[in-house]
Amino acid sequence: MELYEGACELKLLQTLEGHTDRVWSLVWNPATGTAETPLVFASCSGDKTVRIWEQNPSPSSSSSSHSSWNCKAVLEDTHTRTVRSCSWSPSGKLLAVASFDATTSIWENVGGDFECVSTLEGHENEVKSVSWNASGTLLATCGRDKSVWIWEAQPGNEFECVSVLQGHSQDVKMVLWHPTLDVLFSCSYDNTVKVWADDDDDWQCVQTLGEPNNGHSSTVWALSFNKTGDKMVTCSDDLTLKIWEMDSTSMQSADGYAPWRHLCTITGYHDRTIFSVHWSSEGIIASGAADDAIRFFVEDKDGLVDGPSYKLLLKEEKAHGMDINSVQWSPGEKRLLASASDDGTIKIWELASLCTGNGY
Amino acid sequence: MVSELINANPIVYEKKERRARSAPIAVEEYAVEPIDQQEVFDHVRDIKDPEHPYSLEELKVITEDAIEVDDQQSYVRITFTPTVEHCSMATIIGLCLRVKLLRSLPSRYKVDIRVAPGSHASESAVNKQLNDKERVAAALENPNLVDMVDECLAPSYD
Repeated sequence: MELYEGACELKLLQTLEGHTDRVWSLVWNPATGTAETPLVFASCSGDKTVRIWEQNPSPSSSSSSHSSWNCKAVLEDTHTRTVRSCSWSPSGKLLAVASFDATTSIWENVGGDFECVSTLEGHENEVKSVSWNASGTLLATCGRDKSVWIWEAQPGNEFECVSVLQGHSQDVKMVLWHPTLDVLFSCSYDNTVKVWADDDDDWQCVQTLGEPNNGHSSTVWALSFNKTGDKMVTCSDDLTLKIWEMDSTSMQSADGYAPWRHLCTITGYHDRTIFSVHWSSEGIIASGAADDAIRFFVEDKDGLVDGPSYKLLLKEEKAHGMDINSVQWSPGEKRLLASASDDGTIKIWELASLCTGNGY
Repeated sequence: MVSELINANPIVYEKKERRARSAPIAVEEYAVEPIDQQEVFDHVRDIKDPEHPYSLEELKVITEDAIEVDDQQSYVRITFTPTVEHCSMATIIGLCLRVKLLRSLPSRYKVDIRVAPGSHASESAVNKQLNDKERVAAALENPNLVDMVDECLAPSYD
């Protein structure tokens, strides 16, 4: 694929204002962005609310694309502290919201209106991240109490805690399920990524990716998988991104769990903490950092002599006026990226190819 | 609040004389004046120590030389020196410094806060916590901590 040989440019389509405090994260609804369903995403903020944004179904002309996003709903008066992150169920019908108030709320989308249908309690203090598994049957949460909780969805929007996983020695920053397998990944202030798998209804840590395995030397803030789920990227306060690969050739014994190994480290690009990383379905890694810049990386097919490596495709300096906390590629056809910042805004970008007739 | 003081008898130093900011000569009236070391020092010198009725300057927790400013890069680093090696107040002092600068400096500024190398028994742990903005955000939603910080900051607004 010569997809990236041509030059690319990042076009700012719109800046969305509405949150009255820093925007911590945003997540696209995975069931949107089709011919019938316009793109939708949710954003979470220190102002204790979640906002739901929708793309106008038919932007009348290209020149008016500047006003093509609207805030459709504000989920408020439920959480009493910062709303840190959220996660859509695979069907896009439910939204799980993690808050510093120690609870996780579940919202149901009923014809465009969002209704809080359940509240998950159990964490001692700040809940920092929440994630649905691929089938929508399991939910994971994590927080400052160092634990990771796994919840099973029951009929009638009930959620039963099936496991409380203690393993991290510090604050757990993020949980994320593998895109196809029921294997859970968590990353932490203790500098590690832990992999959790289910052995006969008994969830346990099957691998720890830490400094001895070429892992990070400071807080790991986020992780993301490539489309097929055989590679993972992590980002850290140590100013690096690391690429990991599932080693399916050395399947471990009975449970069939394939261990992960360090593939390469992307270093020397970021000046401050990297808070967010997201791998697009076509293989472009976007990162957002406390240096206010968004960067894009792609695999460098020329440099295979020393093993796989990644090169910088594009850098957008001063993408926001303050720290960038979240970058997320949209589902659907267009190569859209949304970014969220301490400056209280969300920006919608399009990564466009300058070259014509080069592949697509 | 604290029944037994962590450092019962701190050494109190004389305050540095307050320099009037030297007026730049013949600049345009509306020209933006760069932020310098002295300005940042003036923002934080009068912050009260969490356990003593003295300012951070009087206890030499903060000195002007311990403040690095790069206005072009919008960057400030403060290196403070806790009065004792095991000072459990170090994270509170750091939080006070961060909040004061958050309220005083333009939002473009990036601020790093650390304890002086060798001045604290858990130096790296303290530094890591002080620079984790998620931990700082959570702390600032804790009413008890906010009260404590506000009390320490009060004299710095006079």
